[in-house]
Amino acid sequence: MSLRSLLTRAALGALLAAPALAAPPPFEDSIAQRVQACTGCHGDQGRAGPDGFYPRLAGKPAGYLHHQLLNFRDGRRHYPLMTHLVAPLTDAYLLEMATYFSQLDVPYPPPAGQPPADVVARGESLVYRGDPMRDVPACVSCHGERLTGVAPAIPGLLGLPRDYLNAQFGAWRTGKRKAHGPDCMLEVAKRLDLTDINAVSSWLASRPVPVPAKADTSLPRPLPMPCGGVPQEAAK
Amino acid sequence: MIRRIGLLLLAIALLLAAAVVWLNSRGEDPIPDGAAPSQGTPDQVARGRYLATAGNCMGCHTVPGGDAYAGGRAIDTPFGAVFSSNLTPDPDTGIGTWSADHLWRALHHGRSRDGRMLYPAFPYPNYTHVTREDSDAIYAYLRTLAPVRRANTAHTVGFPYNTRPALAVWRALFFSPGGSLADPSQSADWNRGAYLVQGLGHCNACHSARNLLGGTTGVLDLSGGLIPMQNWYAPSLGSPDEAGVGDWEVAEIVALLRDGVSPRATVIGPMAEVVQNSTQHLAAADLQAMATYLKALPQRSTRPPLPASAASAASAPAAMRLNTRGRELYELHCAQCHGVEGQGVPGAYPALAKNRAVTMEPPANLVRAVLLGGYAPATAGNPRPYGMPPFATVLDENDVAAVLTYVRTHFGNEGTAVTALEVHRYRTHD
Repeated sequence: MSLRSLLTRAALGALLAAPALAAPPPFEDSIAQRVQACTGCHGDQGRAGPDGFYPRLAGKPAGYLHHQLLNFRDGRRHYPLMTHLVAPLTDAYLLEMATYFSQLDVPYPPPAGQPPADVVARGESLVYRGDPMRDVPACVSCHGERLTGVAPAIPGLLGLPRDYLNAQFGAWRTGKRKAHGPDCMLEVAKRLDLTDINAVSSWLASRPVPVPAKADTSLPRPLPMPCGGVPQEAAK
Repeated sequence: MIRRIGLLLLAIALLLAAAVVWLNSRGEDPIPDGAAPSQGTPDQVARGRYLATAGNCMGCHTVPGGDAYAGGRAIDTPFGAVFSSNLTPDPDTGIGTWSADHLWRALHHGRSRDGRMLYPAFPYPNYTHVTREDSDAIYAYLRTLAPVRRANTAHTVGFPYNTRPALAVWRALFFSPGGSLADPSQSADWNRGAYLVQGLGHCNACHSARNLLGGTTGVLDLSGGLIPMQNWYAPSLGSPDEAGVGDWEVAEIVALLRDGVSPRATVIGPMAEVVQNSTQHLAAADLQAMATYLKALPQRSTRPPLPASAASAASAPAAMRLNTRGRELYELHCAQCHGVEGQGVPGAYPALAKNRAVTMEPPANLVRAVLLGGYAPATAGNPRPYGMPPFATVLDENDVAAVLTYVRTHFGNEGTAVTALEVHRYRTHD
C-alpha cells in the first residue's frame, strides 16, 4: 500500500470518526427563523458584506423593502431566485419580513478600497449636487443628507456593493427593473451616462455606513420629481 | 405500376384526412344563429367565480402583477410558447363578443369564437368534462369582469406544430369530446371529487407523462410525469412511493390541498401555486370530495428495484469520497434545519429521513429544491410558512449531487445516487 493511499485512508477515517458537530442553535418559532431563506445570500441578519453582490437589508425602510418584495413577486423586478422565493407569499407576510429587516440595527464592515481620485470627484459631485445641465437631481435630495434613506419608501444607498449598484442602473435602463409609475429612477438612470453611473456607484460603495444607519423620517424638501413608489404625503 | 401506387397512397391520405376531419367535428353542434352575449343571474356569477377558481383559470390567464384574466402569460412547451388569451369582456381584444355557446364550445370542443382550433396548452381535454351548467356559470362570471384592452400575444409555436392540419391530427389522436364520467357504483363524494379532479382541476395536465407529441393517455391517468420545460416532476398520485394518498387520512389530504402543509407532506414548486391560487379557496365539501377520490385511486408501487451493483458500488472508493463530501456539505448547510439525523422540525422543516419525496425517481424536485430553495405557499391555514434558502450560488453540480446522494442513502433512506449530470439536466430554467 502506497503512502498516499494510507494517508487518504487515515484522512477518511478521521472524517468518519469525527464527533457530531456542535448542536445547532435551537429552533424557535420566530420571524428571524422564518427569514433564514433570505440570509443565505443577504448575510446574517441581512447584513451583506461589501465584497459580494447581494445588497444589505438590515435597517432599510420597511416600505422600500416591502415594495421590492412585491416588485419581484409581481414581475417589476427580475431575479429568478428572488421571484421563486416570494412567489407563493402574501402581501401581509412580505410586509412582516420587510418590517423585521427594517428594524435591525447592525454594524457594517468598512468598505474595501478607494476608487481613483477623478472617479471620486465626479461621483461625489453627482451625489451631492446632481447634474443641473441634464436635469439629474442630487442623490441626497431624495435619499437623505446622510444617504441612509427616508422612511417609509426611499432606500439608503450606502453599504451596497458597487456591482449591485451598477446592475440596478443597468436594469432600469434596459427595463428589467421597474417601480410603480411614475418611475423616477428610470428617468434618472436614462439621463446618466455609463461613466457617471460608474462614478456614482464607485463613490457610494466606497463610503462607510454611518452609525446609526437608520433612515431619516422625513424629507428636507419636497421630492424634485414625481415618484410612484413614495406615498403622496411622504413626498412633501 | 408507380402510378397505381401513387393513386393508392393518395387514396389512403384522403381517407386519413377524412378521418381526421370527422374525428375533429364529432359530437359538435353548430353555434345557434343569433347567439349573443348575455348576462347571468347573481347566483350564476357567484358560482362561476368559484368554478373559475377551482379551474385556476386566473393562474394562466394573468401575467404576474398584471390585470386579472387579461391573459398574456407564456406557457412554455417543447413546441414553443403559447400565450394565454384575454378573458375579460373587452369587445375587441377580449371575449366581449362571445356568447355562452361560444365559451361552451371552447371548453367542450377546444375551439375559439371563429371556430379556430385552440392549442391544448388550454386544457380542454379536461374541461370537455365540465357540465354545460358550470360552463354557463363561468361565462356569467367572466362577463362581470372589468374589460381590459390587451391584444392577445402571438404564439411562438414552431412549424409544423403551428399549422391547422397538425392541430387537427393531434386532436384526432389525443382528444375526444367528453361527457359525464359519473360512476353510479361510487359515492356522491367520490363522483364530485372525480368531476373536479378530472375536469376543472385538470390535475393530469401535470400529473401524467406526455408523449413526444405532448399528448396524455387521458384524464384518468395520474401516474406522474416530468412537467415539460419546467423540470419539476409531478409525482404519481397512484403510487405509495410517490404522492399516492391511499393510506392517508382524508383530513390530511384536505389539509394539504387547503393549507399547503399537512403532517404527511408539504407542497412546493408548481403545486404551491395550485394551492395558493385554487385549492385553498375551495369549499370544505369539495376538498373532502377530491380527497375521497384521490384516496380511492388504485395504488401500485413504482419503486425501481435497486441495481444489483448498488451494494458493491457503495463501498467503492469513489462512492466513499462522494459520501464524505456529501456528509460534510449536509452538516454545513442542511443539518441546522433538517437535523443531524434528517429528522426535521415538525410543522417547519420537513424530515428527510424516510421521506418518499427524497427517494423518489426522478430526483428532479430535490435538485430544484436545493438550487432554488423556496417557501411553502402562504395560506389562511399556514400564513407564515418557513422557507429554505437557494443554494444555486453556493453549491456546484458536483456538490449538489454529493449532498443529495448522501441524503438519499442515509437516515434509513434507500434511494439511489444522484449524478452531476442529473443535476445539470434538472436545473434547466432554474
